[in-house]
Amino acid sequence: MDSILAGLQSAGVIRNGRWLIRDIDLSIRPGEIVSLIGPNGSGKSTVAKVLSGSIVPDSGSVFRGKGIRIGYVPQRVVIDSTLPMTIRRLMNINEKFDKLEVEEALDEMNILKAADQPLQELSGGEFQRALFARALLRKANLLLLDEPSQGLDFKGEIKLYNQIVDIRDRLNCGVLLVCHNLHMVMAKTDSVICINSHVCCAGTPVDVVNDRAFQELFGPEAAHSHALYRHHHDHSHLPDGSISSVQ
Amino acid sequence: MIFDDFISRAVIAGVGFAIIAGPLGCFVVWQRLAYFGDAMAHSALLGVALALAFEINILIGVFTVCFLIALIVGRIGEQSMLSGDSTLGVLSHSSLSIGLVLVSLMYWVRVDVLHFLFGNILAVSWYEILMIYGGGAAIMFVLIRKWNNLICLTVDEQIATAEDMQPVKNRFLMMVMLAAIVAFAMKIVGIILTVALLIIPAAAARQFARTPEQMAVLAAAFGVIAVIFGLMLSVEFDTPPGPSIVVNAIGIFIIGVVATTIVRKRKRRSG
Repeated sequence: MDSILAGLQSAGVIRNGRWLIRDIDLSIRPGEIVSLIGPNGSGKSTVAKVLSGSIVPDSGSVFRGKGIRIGYVPQRVVIDSTLPMTIRRLMNINEKFDKLEVEEALDEMNILKAADQPLQELSGGEFQRALFARALLRKANLLLLDEPSQGLDFKGEIKLYNQIVDIRDRLNCGVLLVCHNLHMVMAKTDSVICINSHVCCAGTPVDVVNDRAFQELFGPEAAHSHALYRHHHDHSHLPDGSISSVQ
Repeated sequence: MIFDDFISRAVIAGVGFAIIAGPLGCFVVWQRLAYFGDAMAHSALLGVALALAFEINILIGVFTVCFLIALIVGRIGEQSMLSGDSTLGVLSHSSLSIGLVLVSLMYWVRVDVLHFLFGNILAVSWYEILMIYGGGAAIMFVLIRKWNNLICLTVDEQIATAEDMQPVKNRFLMMVMLAAIVAFAMKIVGIILTVALLIIPAAAARQFARTPEQMAVLAAAFGVIAVIFGLMLSVEFDTPPGPSIVVNAIGIFIIGVVATTIVRKRKRRSG
């Protein structure tokens, strides 16, 4: 068993007398994709911020392993219009990389052509992909991705998730994926944590889908979010995307 | 134009100041600290009063008070019911008036408050120049060493935290540097125009820059030009030096705006 990269132990964050998150337990190991799902305002981003160190938990504790290199891709970053900054410069902000290396990473995330554009002209999705390329360059061993698929169409989203899996395979990094697309979560992740301030249910995608708490939170149709595909085929999918024979 | 000793001292002091004010002014612009800088500058008079009362060096008194104000603002900002600009407004004007009252109460010292409000660069001493260059060299050293951390903090504090770039510590460093530059600025352009000399060269540089480094270097260059031409204007027409320097900075800013607008229009027409 690999050692844990980072994790939370009954972590809680309270703001203005309200618990944003409470008693959250989770751990991420190298090579593992952990998905965090939950309704709006359930504290998903807060969990990512606690893991990244931006928020210190008011109760419980956060653990970050030695030698950890976090690649954090926030949901939204507002760059002040007065700051002249290009993607290319952003890549070298922490440490200096070879020009070719930078372009390779940008090309992989499909934003090479925007390399010299001011950051303010980028869309939210493009900016996130720039940060992705950065994590790739820096060889991060823990990726914290806060809704990375925003602004993408369905095809783009599939491509992005495949890229995440690919990056995970290459860097053997742990990934925390804050996500709203249930289908993707079910198909690509090792474990799912469903939160609504507290942990509702957690486990493998199959476990979570069949959990009553999950169905109460997302409605019974959520359990069949994979059904979208099923009618085209002569086989059926298990919730994690694996094929089962026709009954 | 006669280059008397006091004029060359003024040029040396002003140029030294402008070189550090350029990059620091960029951070004031990027992090929207103009009001904050104003509050610091206004509190400088309180520093003057306390320095006179305790008979310590005025620059050191001003630096200390500015720095304390920065700390207070940081604390209040986190838990205030007032908006940030109102908090700063209260602090800024109360420290200015308390300073003015205190200075006038000290009947035993004879100081011309106007010199602090509008600067008296033509009366700068070699000792003060030494302080400006010594302090300036220290600031430059820290700026260069911490440059990437400071830029990352400016881009996004959360990313800086996640990547272990110590944004809290570096923000603190920034406050120390700002307090120092405000203390120097009091001598050069005075309390009232301190922020002007920090942000106008940076604002002028913004239009030409594509990276933060270009903007910082250009801001320093524009500041130096403004100081030299401002002093020439002041000597030639006997105008007050501080405002003359700022007028020149504004001139550079306007030329920049007009030039880039014309270039952009041409490009659009030909493209």
